Amino acid sequence: MKKAELMDYDKALELFEPVLGFEVHVELNTKTKMFCGCANEFGQGANTNTCPTCLGLPGGLPQVNAKAIESSIRLGLALGCEIAEYSRFARKNYFYPDTAKNFQTSQYDEPIAFNGQLTIELESGRQVTIDIERAHMEDDAGKLTHVGGATGRIQGADYSLVDYNRGGVPLVEIVTQMIEGGEADSPEIGRTYVAAIREIVKALGVSNARMEEGNVRCDANVSLRPRGSGKLGTRTETKNVNSLRSVERAVRYEIQRQAALLAAGGTITQETRHWHEDTGITSAGRPKSDADDYRYFPEPDLVPVAPSRAWVEELRATLPEPPAARRKRLQADWGFANLEFQDVVNSDLLDAVEATVAAGASAQSSRKWWTGEVARLANVAGVSADSLVEPVQLAALIELVTAGTLTDRLARQVLEGVIAGEGTPLEVVEIRGLAVVSDDGPLIEAIDLALASQPDVLAKIRDGKVQAAGAVIGAVMKAMRGQADAARVRELVLERAGTAE
Amino acid sequence: MTDLTRLSAADLSILLTSGAVSSVEATQAHLDHIAAVDTDVHAFLHVAGANALAAAAVVDAQRAAGAVLGPLAGVPIAIKDVLATRDMPSTAGSKILEGWIPPYDATVVRLVREAGLIPLGKTNMDEFAMGSSTEFSAYGPTHNPWDLDRIPGGSGGGSAAAVSAFEAPLALGSDTGGSIRQPAAVTGSVGVKPTYGGVSRYGAIALASSLDQVGPVSRTVYDAALLHDVLSGHDPLDSTSLTDRWPSMAAAAIAGRVDGALTGVRIGVVKELSGPGFQPGVLQRFNETLAMLVAAGAEIEEVSAPSFEYAVAAYYLILPAEASSNLARFDSVRFGIRVDPAEGPLTSERVMAATRDAGFGPEVKRRIILGTYALSAGYYDAYYGSAQKVRTLIQRDFDAAFEKVDVLLSPSAPTTAFKFGEKMDDPMAMYLNDVTTIPANLAGIPGMSLPMGLAPEDGLPVGLQVMAPAKQDARLYTFGAAVEQLLEAHWGHTLLSLAPKLAPTQMFASEGGAV
Amino acid sequence: MSEITAEQVAHLANLARIDLSPEEITRLTAELGQIVDSVAKVAEVATPEVPATSHPMPLTNVFRADVVVPSLSVEEALSGSTDRDGDKFRVPAILDEE
Repeated sequence: MKKAELMDYDKALELFEPVLGFEVHVELNTKTKMFCGCANEFGQGANTNTCPTCLGLPGGLPQVNAKAIESSIRLGLALGCEIAEYSRFARKNYFYPDTAKNFQTSQYDEPIAFNGQLTIELESGRQVTIDIERAHMEDDAGKLTHVGGATGRIQGADYSLVDYNRGGVPLVEIVTQMIEGGEADSPEIGRTYVAAIREIVKALGVSNARMEEGNVRCDANVSLRPRGSGKLGTRTETKNVNSLRSVERAVRYEIQRQAALLAAGGTITQETRHWHEDTGITSAGRPKSDADDYRYFPEPDLVPVAPSRAWVEELRATLPEPPAARRKRLQADWGFANLEFQDVVNSDLLDAVEATVAAGASAQSSRKWWTGEVARLANVAGVSADSLVEPVQLAALIELVTAGTLTDRLARQVLEGVIAGEGTPLEVVEIRGLAVVSDDGPLIEAIDLALASQPDVLAKIRDGKVQAAGAVIGAVMKAMRGQADAARVRELVLERAGTAE
Repeated sequence: MTDLTRLSAADLSILLTSGAVSSVEATQAHLDHIAAVDTDVHAFLHVAGANALAAAAVVDAQRAAGAVLGPLAGVPIAIKDVLATRDMPSTAGSKILEGWIPPYDATVVRLVREAGLIPLGKTNMDEFAMGSSTEFSAYGPTHNPWDLDRIPGGSGGGSAAAVSAFEAPLALGSDTGGSIRQPAAVTGSVGVKPTYGGVSRYGAIALASSLDQVGPVSRTVYDAALLHDVLSGHDPLDSTSLTDRWPSMAAAAIAGRVDGALTGVRIGVVKELSGPGFQPGVLQRFNETLAMLVAAGAEIEEVSAPSFEYAVAAYYLILPAEASSNLARFDSVRFGIRVDPAEGPLTSERVMAATRDAGFGPEVKRRIILGTYALSAGYYDAYYGSAQKVRTLIQRDFDAAFEKVDVLLSPSAPTTAFKFGEKMDDPMAMYLNDVTTIPANLAGIPGMSLPMGLAPEDGLPVGLQVMAPAKQDARLYTFGAAVEQLLEAHWGHTLLSLAPKLAPTQMFASEGGAV
Repeated sequence: MSEITAEQVAHLANLARIDLSPEEITRLTAELGQIVDSVAKVAEVATPEVPATSHPMPLTNVFRADVVVPSLSVEEALSGSTDRDGDKFRVPAILDEE
């Protein structure tokens, strides 16, 4: 893939004003699919969760999942949307092998939620309010695997394989209005907006919200308006940008690419573009054409959705604290510095730390453990930190450290044991025999031995050069294979040096 | 011994219940008759044979064990090929589905099996139910038992011919714009399109979702009622299925046979459905029937339904639009045939397009293209949108009419059975054939066709269409049974007893699928 | 007369994924023109104040509980396919993403 000509970012912003728009697809975590009773889960083998309806067999008919409606309404409310009194499904007609019916059951001019607002806060503290045009319900497509060709990509593949397990999984598509005035912050706005959506759907519990698994997917629209011009530029739509960092990079890339093209007298083609995570560039996909005539019409196999106002208010009452407000509250409660708090948020460990604090640990030690050792181990294992250990276990571990039963070093070994499934921290301490030796007898024995073998050190200590004790402490800790409290060893070394002959 | 194939389902049921006849015997008799006459009639695309006998043996064993069985247990039935059956190919008359055996049963098929009915096979139809003659079946037309050179109606010509040729006492049909009622009319049989939502559509290969309805096909009104009682009821798999509790249609039919059942019944005759363009013999029998109804105490009033003039136009926009989308799934990937392009690269797009070109017949292509046009950007409002408004107007016309009358009557079809090929090259002429039946589908109301005699000029059956308000299907059965009794008393026999006896042929219908 | 052209029919055939032959396009252009002429009369009575009816029976809020029901077996799911690779459906190369 040839890298396009890019204009320097600052230069691009001098000449052009970026205009953004986002379409975020959220996969709901209902037990069943949107329009049939097949399980909404993957990883059990291809085509195991299909039926005449989601496989698009002749005669199959859709039935709407009540929970998906409920989740969509709650999500709409959390985005500050109005909930339609009368909403309908519509068929979006197009042929594609991952779309079993060769139409997507979506919503067209009567979405379930519309006219919302979401205010996000950038790292600079700048607040940006994003207008939400609509949030509508639809079903997901199956999964294609492209075989043959060099890259595993669709281009150049010999053939493709289809697994319809994901076909029919409920999605909510959230569409923003045009976002103007983002200026140099535009890429960060993209990242922060998608992060905010992710946080909201997670807080609502309506989605697993794992971007790496495609639970949240972003299409980014970018166009440039020449400074001083009232006329909008032609936009491109970069599809399936599936990490927060990539959203930021893709927006930045498109700004630079389009600016270079426009400045050179070129024109932007209205097209979908593909994001390449590895190289950090976008490439041209299919241009928009009259082949995009989706022939929407009301889905005749489904009846309208007309949620009563009473139901909507009932659902509104179930909304959790808005994530932004919750963050403010937690940071104040925990007394974290901005950087400390950001670290937790960026590592996606807010829930974990909160649960650990709730289980009795101090906020600071919870933070240190989660963003430190647990995150390190998770990184090694290639999983998310909060999937590695239960907050209540970590709290128990921290408690053992606080009580002096474990040193930090020992606690790290205990953590490994807990993760390995050996039991609770206390059980691991017992099984592995890892508790700090608190009986001074063996310690004193080891100290005396160390002092005797290092008479020069002993002399220095006696001369008041207390820092010389380090060498002895090290030797003792080594002799005790780490199972001693270093502070106590130090105390005892000084004590024994004073009395030793 | 009685010829078991000549019995009504109700009479056969009496023999089965009493033990005088076994279901295996009844089923075998029908299979033998199919073997004898279906080479000429070609009502069946698939004959179940061994499976049918096995199902019959199960019912016989249950009965022998003293199980309480439904009234139709052990009675054979033919199933329109539009319905998914897990033990028989389901092609909807299309080449694109040749040999496809679904991994599931349509809800109505499940209900029929649970009621102990014995599926004999799958009946022929116009491809995807698009047509009024079965000439658009990819597997060759069905022949009208009254005159083998004529059409049996469509799309459900196979089901209607099967019952009128005594190959089955009952059949399942589907009616999108008359596909149950018009074949009934031209074959001298009975067919009912229930209220939209009264019978599940799950597993019925969709033509036009907002118009399709599955219903019973039979030789008597009471038999249709017995089958209707098996089919109706809420199905959670069909989101448009009504949750109403339905009264017994069989009881309603019985109520029509009591003396004075027609006294005081207010009958509306739709002015727009009996005028110019109707065959004289059809109108003659219709008017004679009206006169007999008056003599029996009914009151007749002419009603006007001005919007009906636009019904065919609206129908031929809504149906193709919905069909173009419903038929998109036939793409060679998950089921059905696959045809590779004759030349050029093998891509998904090109294989789909080649498959659909080879797999769909001319009428299906015509309607898909028309429907694609009606839905495309810039035309939606003028065509599909306007057609949906006409639908509202037609409903209003029906509402106004039913304020004044209990049932509406018209001839079921403007003509008797026409000859093969007569309308093949003139799509609009074929479409106008449905003028009488389409309004009921657009409005969702129930309709029935029952025989009202033979047209004097050609000696072919003429059907009477009865329409009732939505959800008043029972009224059709009470009224229909009363009219049937009145006419048969007048004739001194059933109409079908006049049908020419079909000569057995040497050839046997194949058991292996489409022939 | 309607303004249906052969180009239009070819475009519709492309949208509908049917590889029509030139002869079919010619025939359909004429037929479609006739049909459209005769069905276009719906616009005569479809005035703005008339609401559209898309469902014959006015139902709303028909939902299904979020409870898993058994799926088809993999063999049942794939039983109708003409081309498979293991437990997946196989399709020829796809030109580009949707």
